[in-house]
Amino acid sequence: MTFASIVFAVLFYGATAVLLIGVGLRVARYARTPAPLKIPTTPAPTSRGGVIGRMASEVVFFHSLFKANKWIWILAWVFHVALLLVLLRHLRYFIDPVWEWVVLIQPFGVYAGFAMLAGLIGLWIRRIFVQRIRYISAPSDHLMLGLLIAIAASGLAMKYLWHVDVTAVKVFFVGLMRFEIHPLPTEPLLLLHLALVVALMIVFPFSKLLHAPGVFFSPTRNQADNPREQRHTSWAARVEHTGAAAAPANRGGPVPNARSED
Amino acid sequence: MADFETPEVKEYLDMPELKPGAMSHSKPFVSRDEFQGPLGFPGELVDDWQNVALAKLAELLNTNRGLKVFMDSCVKCGACTDKCHYFLGTSDPRNMPVARQDLLRNVYRRYFTWPGRLFPKLVGAQDLTEDVLDQWYSYFHQCSECRRCSVYCPYGIDTAEITMAAREVMNAVGKGQKYSNEIIGKVFKIGNNLGLPQPALLDTLEGLEEEVKEDTGVDVRYPLDEKGADVLLVTPSADFFAEPHVDGLIGYGKVFHQAGISWTLSSHASEAANFGLFIGSQENMRKIAMRVREAAEELGVKRIVFGECGHAWRVAYSFLNTLAGPFDFLDPRYPVPQHICEVTHELIQRGALTLDKSANDHRRVTFHDSCNVARASRMGNTPGGQFTIPREIIQAVCNHYYDMPPDTIGEATFCCGGGGGLLTDDLMELRVKGALPRMQALRQVVEQEGVTHLAAICAICKSQFAKVLPYYGFEMDQIVSVHQLVSDAIVLEPARQNT
Ligand code: HEM
Ligand code: SF4
Ligand code: SF4
Repeated sequence: MTFASIVFAVLFYGATAVLLIGVGLRVARYARTPAPLKIPTTPAPTSRGGVIGRMASEVVFFHSLFKANKWIWILAWVFHVALLLVLLRHLRYFIDPVWEWVVLIQPFGVYAGFAMLAGLIGLWIRRIFVQRIRYISAPSDHLMLGLLIAIAASGLAMKYLWHVDVTAVKVFFVGLMRFEIHPLPTEPLLLLHLALVVALMIVFPFSKLLHAPGVFFSPTRNQADNPREQRHTSWAARVEHTGAAAAPANRGGPVPNARSED
Repeated sequence: MADFETPEVKEYLDMPELKPGAMSHSKPFVSRDEFQGPLGFPGELVDDWQNVALAKLAELLNTNRGLKVFMDSCVKCGACTDKCHYFLGTSDPRNMPVARQDLLRNVYRRYFTWPGRLFPKLVGAQDLTEDVLDQWYSYFHQCSECRRCSVYCPYGIDTAEITMAAREVMNAVGKGQKYSNEIIGKVFKIGNNLGLPQPALLDTLEGLEEEVKEDTGVDVRYPLDEKGADVLLVTPSADFFAEPHVDGLIGYGKVFHQAGISWTLSSHASEAANFGLFIGSQENMRKIAMRVREAAEELGVKRIVFGECGHAWRVAYSFLNTLAGPFDFLDPRYPVPQHICEVTHELIQRGALTLDKSANDHRRVTFHDSCNVARASRMGNTPGGQFTIPREIIQAVCNHYYDMPPDTIGEATFCCGGGGGLLTDDLMELRVKGALPRMQALRQVVEQEGVTHLAAICAICKSQFAKVLPYYGFEMDQIVSVHQLVSDAIVLEPARQNT
């Protein structure tokens, strides 16, 4: 067992815990917070089934984004579909024996790596050169694209430039899932790739990547348009809640001593 | 008459070059003690306003799922950046919806998220300084809460919700907006935005009866506070005398008369508008909404119908049942509430109204979808009824109807520029500039189809257009009420029996 194996084992356990617990807590918070009023963006479906359809068209096709801007849409959609394929392709490092369909998508997964890179670079070019989007970007928005590009590029480099012993990598990850630590190859590129993935997992619950769970909780998209037919009553929940929030301890509340100088 | 330039209307809408700070001077008058008190807000900026503001924001985040999700979810994709009429009309990048949201989101990040606490510069987090509060006051009063941006955002992030939250926080620290808060106070005290007491209403309505009698020779009634009527009509108080609103009210009366439906207005609920929505105050919104319920109970009506008003219809359609329901004491055969257009449309479909379309032959009409009707409510039984029903009414009473370009109507409709509590003279520059996209679309149908009139079903739209049309070289009387068109086409018969 090498030093690297131990460090990366710890990193992956830690990052997985942060990701799952962090996102879990966020989702629980979203679910717990009342939606006091009916605010679907209309025209909206009038039934639960219709809402599921609307949500599916948002999540699968980015329907609203399609209406908004074809350039952002195509780049974003290519990037996300490719990301999904790439993630599925990576299942082969965690499952033994590898499921049939995971084997089938392997070749697509490789093309997807390039598509993902292309989509991300396109998005970054827009972020840098379109004045409006540059204006709304914080350094973290650029960094996030840089991080994903670095992950994709280091992954593809291992595939095409500096090969890595993937069988040993698989032994390492399957081992982790059984709480055993096996040796991890120590090619710098692999360690870089893995370290970046760890970073992504850790920032996920604290960053705009929360859009992935968030979209399902967006009241303008997940509410049915039926306020006359069905009385929406989480208003009452809000009133109770407000009473509770007025109590001294408010979770996630403001830090005292708001500084006024900058 | 003004120290700003009306934007030039071009063939097509240009994507503006960004002019940072171009509208940072635009601020409505700040509210005073006398207007803040009745709404339960402090009269002036409180001493430890930062802590009060952050506590209020914490409360809102804990009680409004939408706000919490919207704060977290924006990926800065930029899809919304060119969707706001105020951005298109002013070129100020802070009027891009996401940039407006970020005024609040940056503070949220600073005090409520770890990256913002630890690395504020990296994620653009900001301390809540006086300067930030100032920007809030300016730019959260440059949003008409029209929800156009929410149509296009991949997560449905609704800047209107964020504006409402920010205004609520500002009210909590004592930095309210005079226009909205003064008006809400009038509703509490007198019953309507304009502060018209019952005798003045009676007087006005009697005047209308005389006017209609003179015009048509028929006795059409405009009743007030009549117990036992079938329908309680709740309409924006502008309908009682502003032009062209009042012609719409005349039209509602003729429709009821012709259909033989007994109806009444109420002096207690003599206002459909509910500015509680604009300031994001659900408590005040509820208090205003309760007046409608109280009036319905007191007058013993069977149905509630709302007159032409956009945000009022949003509150009525989407929230009334929640805020003031359940309405199980009303006739279950009718939805509660109904829009006057739903009533008229159904009567037209049944053939219950005799209409002479040629009465409107001197008009070539287009229809302005009001934002709150379009994107925050519905009419009829199917999604999108809010677009088809008013158009079918107009087409039933007019021979010449033309739509504006498809990307400026329906769910993509552009705000008139005066909604969301901005219909005040101290924001004239903003109102004129914000009207640019609508004026551009109007110009297109005026030139291509010879359109002469713009019809609307919103009191705010009507007032706003009457004011800004002249800035763009149109006449103020080119804006008409939909029920004014109905009114002109309807062939009246002397009194019918009540059914
Ligand atoms: C339910 C799943 C998801 C949905 C529906 C979704 C949807 C979207 C949409 C519509 C956009 C806006 C367009 C754009 O700027 O690219 C976006 C942006 C983005 N998404 Fe996702 N996404 C999902 C999951 C993920 C995941 C798991 C990641 C993680 C690694 C991710 C990373 C990103 C990034 C980094 C951006 C910003 C791109 C930019 O800077 O322009 N998304 N997402
Ligand atoms: S709600 Fe309307 S006015 Fe407000 S930011 Fe969005 S588009 Fe602009
Ligand atoms: S469209 Fe939505 S996610 Fe994209 S920048 Fe605007 S608010 Fe943010």
